[in-house]
Amino acid sequence: MTARILALHLAVLAALFAAQFVLPSYHVTSLARIMVLAVFAMGYNIAFGYTGLLSLGHALFFAAGMYGAGLPALHFGVGGGTALILGLLAGGALAGAAGLLALRTAGVSFMIVTLMFAQAGYLTILYFAEYTRGNDGFPVPATARSLFGFALSGDRMRYMTALLLFSAAMLACLALVRSRFGRIMVAMRENEERSRMLGYNPYAVKLTALAISGLYAGLAGAAYALLFGYAGASFAGIQYSILPLLYVLTGGAGTVLGPLVGTAVMFWLTDIASGLTSAWLMVVGVALVALTLFAPRGMLGLIRERWAKWLP
Amino acid sequence: MTRTITTPDQTVLTRRKVVKGIGAGLIASAAMPGYVQAQAAPLKLGFQVHRTGIGASYGRWYERVANSALKVVNEGGGIAGRAVEIVFEDDGTDPKRGAEVVEKLVSQHKVDLIFGPLFSHVVIGSAPRAGELKVPYLVCSEGNHVASGLTNRWTLQPGITDVRSQVQAMAPWVAQNLGKKITMIYPDYAFGHDHRDSFEPAIKAQGGEVIAKIGIPATETSFTRYFAQIPRETEVIYHVMIGPSVLTFVKELGEFYGTGARPEIFGFIDSLEGVDMTAPGLGFLEGTHFWEGQCRYKQADATDAETFYRAAVGVDDNGASLADPKDVSTYAHMFSVWETLFVIKAGIEASGYQTTADRQKFVEAIEAMTAFDFGREHPQGEKIFNGKTHQAFGIQNISKVTDGKLIRVHRTTIGDGLYPDQVDYTTQSF
Repeated sequence: MTARILALHLAVLAALFAAQFVLPSYHVTSLARIMVLAVFAMGYNIAFGYTGLLSLGHALFFAAGMYGAGLPALHFGVGGGTALILGLLAGGALAGAAGLLALRTAGVSFMIVTLMFAQAGYLTILYFAEYTRGNDGFPVPATARSLFGFALSGDRMRYMTALLLFSAAMLACLALVRSRFGRIMVAMRENEERSRMLGYNPYAVKLTALAISGLYAGLAGAAYALLFGYAGASFAGIQYSILPLLYVLTGGAGTVLGPLVGTAVMFWLTDIASGLTSAWLMVVGVALVALTLFAPRGMLGLIRERWAKWLP
Repeated sequence: MTRTITTPDQTVLTRRKVVKGIGAGLIASAAMPGYVQAQAAPLKLGFQVHRTGIGASYGRWYERVANSALKVVNEGGGIAGRAVEIVFEDDGTDPKRGAEVVEKLVSQHKVDLIFGPLFSHVVIGSAPRAGELKVPYLVCSEGNHVASGLTNRWTLQPGITDVRSQVQAMAPWVAQNLGKKITMIYPDYAFGHDHRDSFEPAIKAQGGEVIAKIGIPATETSFTRYFAQIPRETEVIYHVMIGPSVLTFVKELGEFYGTGARPEIFGFIDSLEGVDMTAPGLGFLEGTHFWEGQCRYKQADATDAETFYRAAVGVDDNGASLADPKDVSTYAHMFSVWETLFVIKAGIEASGYQTTADRQKFVEAIEAMTAFDFGREHPQGEKIFNGKTHQAFGIQNISKVTDGKLIRVHRTTIGDGLYPDQVDYTTQSF
């Protein structure tokens, strides 16, 4: 890994650390949300941006993390650390299980199958409303909202936890995409048949990538529930399968920092536009059309294409 | 030498006195603007509004009612002598955005407190953040989640009776007048489950029974296949639906039975809130009954308070906008916004609230309240308030569709809807 790449990513983390001291409190909490959602988007990017798996089912893995953490906390009173790990594992396990079946398909079929899995997950949450509290959801118990004795409901602790999770996820992603396996993922995206001829097993590679992607989504879902204190079925809806795709496309598919940039842009665009007009979805739509026309590879994709080819 | 100035009333002013006077004036003028400004600084109330998303038809009217109530409050001298402003933020009827909006209202707009949300998942998703920010959060959501203890000490529901109470109050009349074998049709999520779980024991206590429970996903757009599940021996269909497809739901129910024999139909007006009763395809509703929190059509015995409120919120005798007769209001529910604003007024004045540092005193003042008298501030009717459960209890109306209009045939008492406390928020710390 070149010093330049490492320096850039560490500088981003340093800037995120410093942001909590200079931004107004509303934006500090917003940034905490953005970092958690960026972990979700980063996971999506591993599947889509690097491996070429256009999934429409990632809401399932995010919700698996959210409920994997929230339900044991609600029904069995488990603590924050355990809940976080359970959420992470739930996301990875469900992505692996879904991948076993869905990866027998490809392209549009893969999109439809993953979408179907996600809808099945959403309806399952509603069906077992007695346990999941259905569409209304539930506030995560205070007992689960602490880590190492620190309350996650406090603004500083919440921000630092989000930053810590984001940092770990980002550095792991950086290491992954620059590893040998990361290059194989890209090979699958670029030319699956040629990779197969070179001796790689596309099914195993894609399944592993999807499972890793699910781990990220699960971690993000669990963190969202614990940091912001709520779990609900709306997080399992189709919207949460589309959002990480938008975040990644906006920031730049196949770039490590793209998901963070895309999530931040979309979050603040929505926030500002909804304060100006009830037709804020139209504003977001117009921005996306403009982006597609003028920067089809996303914001960091454009920068990499024109000015910084070394950007991972 | 001392120069003296003699005023017309012969008061003698020395130069020293004049200088002292000017000095005092300067000090006062430096201090006064702050004082005056502090006194005159308006109270800023945040309103979490469902402008978009599944709750938009309600949100539109809730925003109008909030602005109408605001006008009345300000024309009456404001709250504790201070003018009042409302800052509206759209939550998209989404719990994630709802929590963000709570944060935005408090941290960015610096509001004193927040009120207004209706949809229960938004309330449940937002209440934890309101609790963390220690901001009073007064909801208008009907759900049992406040009284059941699912929220926190900062969340209160003083403007509308919750579903559990409404349903309990309805059951005796339904059993005595319509029938005892009930099939329930409800949205298959928590608001519907509140109906399902509350009505079943209530009707059982009256010697009736629920013979079928048909839950329909809230996002459903076609309903006929669910109606096929209604058992033949059903005496009463109890329906409550919400969302953009309510008109389709009711129309398809009419088409399902056609002109043939059908069970009695009792619905919560939620199934037709914001919908014109004279819309094509709704003729079969003639003779059926509805629950209404407040009667949409102006009744023959309408009181001065009701008439005043109806005019203030810009609604005609048929429950539609004065500006557009096709724009039907959410009249049965939207009084909760009006009444909540007047509870806020009472709470602020009773607690001596001055700044956001007094938020806890405000909550404690509301918790100390026990009743709200019927009148212009509470035009839906008198209420009692349970400070332990943070929930109001009021009267309910049952109306019959007669010549295409809803005419009240029964009014419950507050006592009909009371149930044992499920929580005591006053034992929780702030």
